[in-house]
Amino acid sequence: MLTRRIIPCLDVRDGQVVKGIRFRDHVVIGGIEELALRYRDDGADELVFYDITASPQGRSADPEWVRRVACHLDIPFCVAGGIRSVADAERILHAGADKISVNSPALERPELISELAQAFGVQCVVVGVDSQSVAGELRVHQYTGDPDRTQVVARETSAWVREAVERGAGEIVLNCMSSDGARNGYDIAQLATVRAACSVPLIASGGAGEAQHFADVFRVADVDGALAASVFHSGTLPIPQLKSFLRGQGIAIRP
Amino acid sequence: MIRDVVMLDSGGTNLASVQFAFARLGVRAELSRDVERIRRASHVVLPGVGAAAPGMQRLRGSGLDQLIPTLTQPVLGVCLGMQLLFESSAEGDTDCLGILSGRLARFDETRCGRVPHMGWNRIDAIKSSPLLAGIDGDAHAYFVHSYAAPVTTATVANCDYGGAFAAVVSERNFHGAQFHPERSGVVGARLLANFLELE
Repeated sequence: MLTRRIIPCLDVRDGQVVKGIRFRDHVVIGGIEELALRYRDDGADELVFYDITASPQGRSADPEWVRRVACHLDIPFCVAGGIRSVADAERILHAGADKISVNSPALERPELISELAQAFGVQCVVVGVDSQSVAGELRVHQYTGDPDRTQVVARETSAWVREAVERGAGEIVLNCMSSDGARNGYDIAQLATVRAACSVPLIASGGAGEAQHFADVFRVADVDGALAASVFHSGTLPIPQLKSFLRGQGIAIRP
Repeated sequence: MIRDVVMLDSGGTNLASVQFAFARLGVRAELSRDVERIRRASHVVLPGVGAAAPGMQRLRGSGLDQLIPTLTQPVLGVCLGMQLLFESSAEGDTDCLGILSGRLARFDETRCGRVPHMGWNRIDAIKSSPLLAGIDGDAHAYFVHSYAAPVTTATVANCDYGGAFAAVVSERNFHGAQFHPERSGVVGARLLANFLELE
């Protein structure tokens, strides 16, 4: 049976992994390869690296560290941050990343998704979606990497997910903004709504605080993977413990 | 045994990853399109991701489609590289290399739920094979694909996603893995190491 994926997300800044609260006050927590291998050893099923300064600085993630990670890591990984064109994506993929993730640039120019799928196949193309409820409707947000620029887009979340998949997204990461950082659990209702609109793998993001939150999001929202950062970085929830808890709940998890 | 591994430069984006995976085993895998160079290799690897039609086009463009079926050393197809060993694929209705019998079909959403099949799934040995040495009964590997090969006499391990499909194939000197050994942790590394032991 296909297992549900546990995916630590590593924010990268100036060649190191950092953590911050609400996009500010970043603290270095370790080297990129060092943390990648530590999470691999802990049983992470996949990693996401998000170059948090790439987009604000008008560049894409640095292929140099991507290559170093690819060299040492033997589980899949995805790179996000500042990828705006087929050429940007090609540099990252040829350096050894398995997937690239696009978010705001895909909203600016949805054809980007089709171009990436055409060039590399849908399996490489992840579309990240930042979403929360605005006046009772789920709405997509743009430029969330920069609190001063964040804006609501005139797109309903499920409609955008459907369009992204039609254009060639092979996977959707839904970051539920209102639960992000709060550690009170994933936004199950929102994820379940989007699940119904999404025919490709769906990854939940935002809100993980304890093992039960993962069990809930897999069981109720039927997502394929759950992404989290602080709950892993802080050491509150070691991945081996999480995986054994989930297995105990009868959820399909890789040994 | 001296291993001289050559990887066919068939385009696609996982060339570097597969090369790194061999490097982790202490083996340099050289990229080549040169017929003589490839014939001299002790082991040949056909990687590849993406769609079947452009994959075959690239092989035809460099004449590798004629060469591959005549190779006599161990050959390993990875992901799309394994798919291309078959007769044909429903993906773009593409004629493939025809080394293994069977046609690739798309996963059916109504049975599988989501397509592509993406993530870690269990592989089950259905025949003993040196390729599977040391890979135990609860081994999981990382898959990413929308088309799958049927279980045939060439199948040595299968996987289940809305029905069984071929996960590892082996016939004469031709072998293949539908999953990504370069991204499948210790299971993947073991399969690659086992391949390098084949003569």
